[in-house]
Amino acid sequence: MSDSATVDYDGLIPNNVGLNADPRLRRALESWHPGYLDWWRARGPDGFQDSLVYLRTAIGVDSDGWAKFGYVRMPDYRWGILLAPQVEGRTIPFGAHKGEKAWQEVPGEYRALLRRLVVVQGDTEPASVEQQRLLGATAPSLYDLRNLFQVNVEEARHLWAMVYLLQKYFGRDGREEAEELLRRRSGDRDSPRLLGAFNEATPDWLSFFMFTFFTDRDGKMQLQALAQSGFDPLSRTCRFMLTEEAHHMFVGQTGIGRIVERSCAAMREAGLSDPTDIERVRALGVIDLPTIQKKANLHFALTLDLFGGEISTNAANVFNAGLKGRYREDKIADDHVLTGATYAVVRLRDGRIVTEEVPALSALNMRLRDDFAAEAAAGVERWNAIIARAGIAYRLRLPHVAFNRRIGEFAGIEADPDGNLLSAEEWQRRRDEFLPSAADDAFVASLMRPVTEPGKFAPWIAPPRTGIDGKPGDFEYVRLAG
Amino acid sequence: MDAIDFRTDPSRYRHWRLECEGPVAFLTLDVDPAGSLFPGVELKLNSYDLGVDIELADAVQRLRFEHPEVRAVAIRSGKDNVFCAGANIAALARASHQHKVNFCKFTNETRLAIEDASEHSDQRYLAAIGGPAAGGGYELAAACDWLMLVDDHRSAVSLPELPLLAVLPGTGGLTRLTDKRKVRRDRADLFCATEEGARGRRAVEWRLVDECVPPSSWDAKVRERALALAATSDRPAEAQGIALPPLERKIGDDAIAYPHLRVALDRGRRLATVTVTGPTQAPDAAEIYRQGATFWPLAVARELDDAILHLRFNEAELGIIVLRSEGDPAAVLVADALLDERADDWLVREIRLYWKRVLKRLDMTARSLFTLIEPGSCFAGTLAELCFAADRTLMFAGTRAGDNRPAAILTLSALNFGAYPMGNGLSRLETRFLGEPESLQRARQIIGVSLPAEDAAELGLVTAAYDEVDWDEEIRLMLEERASFSPDALTGLEANLRGAGPETMETRIFGRLSAWQNWIFQRANAAGPEGALKLYGTGRRPKFDPERV
Repeated sequence: MSDSATVDYDGLIPNNVGLNADPRLRRALESWHPGYLDWWRARGPDGFQDSLVYLRTAIGVDSDGWAKFGYVRMPDYRWGILLAPQVEGRTIPFGAHKGEKAWQEVPGEYRALLRRLVVVQGDTEPASVEQQRLLGATAPSLYDLRNLFQVNVEEARHLWAMVYLLQKYFGRDGREEAEELLRRRSGDRDSPRLLGAFNEATPDWLSFFMFTFFTDRDGKMQLQALAQSGFDPLSRTCRFMLTEEAHHMFVGQTGIGRIVERSCAAMREAGLSDPTDIERVRALGVIDLPTIQKKANLHFALTLDLFGGEISTNAANVFNAGLKGRYREDKIADDHVLTGATYAVVRLRDGRIVTEEVPALSALNMRLRDDFAAEAAAGVERWNAIIARAGIAYRLRLPHVAFNRRIGEFAGIEADPDGNLLSAEEWQRRRDEFLPSAADDAFVASLMRPVTEPGKFAPWIAPPRTGIDGKPGDFEYVRLAG
Repeated sequence: MDAIDFRTDPSRYRHWRLECEGPVAFLTLDVDPAGSLFPGVELKLNSYDLGVDIELADAVQRLRFEHPEVRAVAIRSGKDNVFCAGANIAALARASHQHKVNFCKFTNETRLAIEDASEHSDQRYLAAIGGPAAGGGYELAAACDWLMLVDDHRSAVSLPELPLLAVLPGTGGLTRLTDKRKVRRDRADLFCATEEGARGRRAVEWRLVDECVPPSSWDAKVRERALALAATSDRPAEAQGIALPPLERKIGDDAIAYPHLRVALDRGRRLATVTVTGPTQAPDAAEIYRQGATFWPLAVARELDDAILHLRFNEAELGIIVLRSEGDPAAVLVADALLDERADDWLVREIRLYWKRVLKRLDMTARSLFTLIEPGSCFAGTLAELCFAADRTLMFAGTRAGDNRPAAILTLSALNFGAYPMGNGLSRLETRFLGEPESLQRARQIIGVSLPAEDAAELGLVTAAYDEVDWDEEIRLMLEERASFSPDALTGLEANLRGAGPETMETRIFGRLSAWQNWIFQRANAAGPEGALKLYGTGRRPKFDPERV
């Protein structure tokens, strides 16, 4: 095996996993590769395949080697297989096998569980590329267009990472699952993606930023939990993916922040003090804060569903088996076994929302979700700081966890964003107060006009504070083809 | 747990919806998670406990009697992302061993009733598996004639019992895989050891399902298949069904009373005495439809069925069931003649098939069964089956001094020779006389003849005949002796001896359930404090005793 920190760029597939010395895996990946490229052309970004995009490519996995910038046509992007360096003597950090040597091969008894984890994670990666494929046509700037494509190629590389695990470690079933990852299609009735939020449309840039802020953050939490895995190849893969995922979060955090900033500035310039005077704010050509709130409500609830049921046998199984840990497991001071511990879970009991202590092992989805919600809340406060600096009296906030849920404790009931239970009729009547209405969507859609001149931005979004890779404001991030 | 009541009707269902649209009925499983019989257990993902299955059994029964026009039944899920996750594990873990075994038995009887409806009543069943079907969920589907699985690249059928719970599928799953669907054994082995099961093309190729259908054409295809199945049926489109109103039943401390049947509960002697009353007047052919559920043969079948289930689930310690009857044997024979002559009438067919199932339920009941043929009894034809279902049948010879009731007689009718086959496919008399075909021949020749005790004993139709001198003492001794034996050993003994004759899929299902599943359920690997069933849901790994037995 080659030195795992060195990336081999000689073959078709850049990698630091010694692909050249593993002909079986190389054959599998090379036979998967054409199907992947077909998928990228058919389901990847629509209309920009020949443009030169200023993208970051990983050329090494150490801190200064993983981000090399340069112009590249997306189909020529060097997708590859990069794992974080192996830690000598790593042990399984949690669960029933805690303290045993980390697995370098799949333990037979956990084959099905592990494969399922990898498939579910893998399925989300191409899904978001598919969801975002039409956004290029309405990008508010070349800067944002470039960020979109950066997110897309990296999600696609994450697909590669999961495909590598499937093909390397899971035999024929793994190869079949790898093919299935290319066959499913976001939003397709006949072969949808596995998880609900990944079949929702991403119709506009506000949705895109919300998606990267909320849903990619779920991705990050899941990767963090998998990065703790006792199955070392999964852990190493996810650790490297996390370095890329951070950028996606940045795109969402700053994207919404720039929209909020622009809306506030426009209101101030026009002397409007009431942020809920939607008509007058919209007349300024910017997005009103209540609509941003509704979009946040929608995406937060959809993303909470991704964490699964609050009480989950499956989550307990994978933790106890040492396959998937908690967020920052290594930073938590407890026994990391949890067989005697409890955790507070919000539940629906006799029509009321109550908090109950349940065995910590079965509440792991809830715990990860709580960690997620805390982080998301901190991000929302950064937007509120922008609003406050502009002197506008409005606060964005996260809706209650019972709001608009389709999975888990609250799937069967309706609640408003404050967590007050509503009858089905009242929900129907008041739905448009909480979630984007057809008119709200139509308004946002009406703003979606492409801006392709370097250094220029659509009037509903502020320019970023700094450029990518330290580039100046008028840098041509995307050279559009012909 | 409160006493379990098997009486329900669609207006009271919590977990199923029954909708009839001409020749097709849709039976939609939409389990209320908060509706478990076990307090605190949440029935997630359309998982079921006994309460859910009681409604299913009721629906299957009503479809036959109340809906002669329904020729095909589509079982589907009312939930978006799951067909059925099988029996609820938390409920199973909380149940006593005897509840688990009785639960499995009942669910098996219901699935066999589905197959019986298709094979004998021409009411076909379609499993529209629109989401994952795991364990009992797939087994329910496997009881249907045609299995269609949605091909959405994620929905699978599976039998994850072994890898997930360290038990076996409990409702005939393994037997139906190999015997009914004729899945190759190595593929069945792979399938049953793979927690996530099989989906799409593989599920079809392995014959786990009959077809895969993409979601976009799902609803249309379900309808199309249901109509195609309906077209293979001979059920009368224009007939009017008969209503099955709630059974009248009064439960006291030591007695249960139905209009045609009563049960005396003697807890001291661990004895339940079931007394069936014959028809008060000879049934009339013209009256069958007008009487409906009160038509004597149907009314008694319903009451007996309910009484057996009640005793099974709510009176576990009453180890002996004594079967008695009172009435005019001639009137029973008139009813039998009706059931015989009008066998082609759809309702008569249903009543006969129902009696067949009730008697099989009795065969499968893990209690000692003793039938006492006494003066004033009416064991004739259909009721005489109770004599042949029993582990022993004793007949009173002559009369008692001072008792003016007529002497006990036993009378056979044509229905004793094939109308009510056992699980082995043979009549009870055929099974009784497996080693002496000439006795079966002789029995055929005395159809309709009133047999006194001596003759019945001579013909081998009863175990023994006692006169007034011996009767009371012999019966007392027999009951006391029986009550002193090990209940477990008796269950095994009776099941062995009742199950003579050829094997069928049905006998194999029950035989293997008793032999293997009930053994595995008792073993520490499943049910011990560190066993898989006990730890399921906690995330903790079971500790297995590595010794193969």
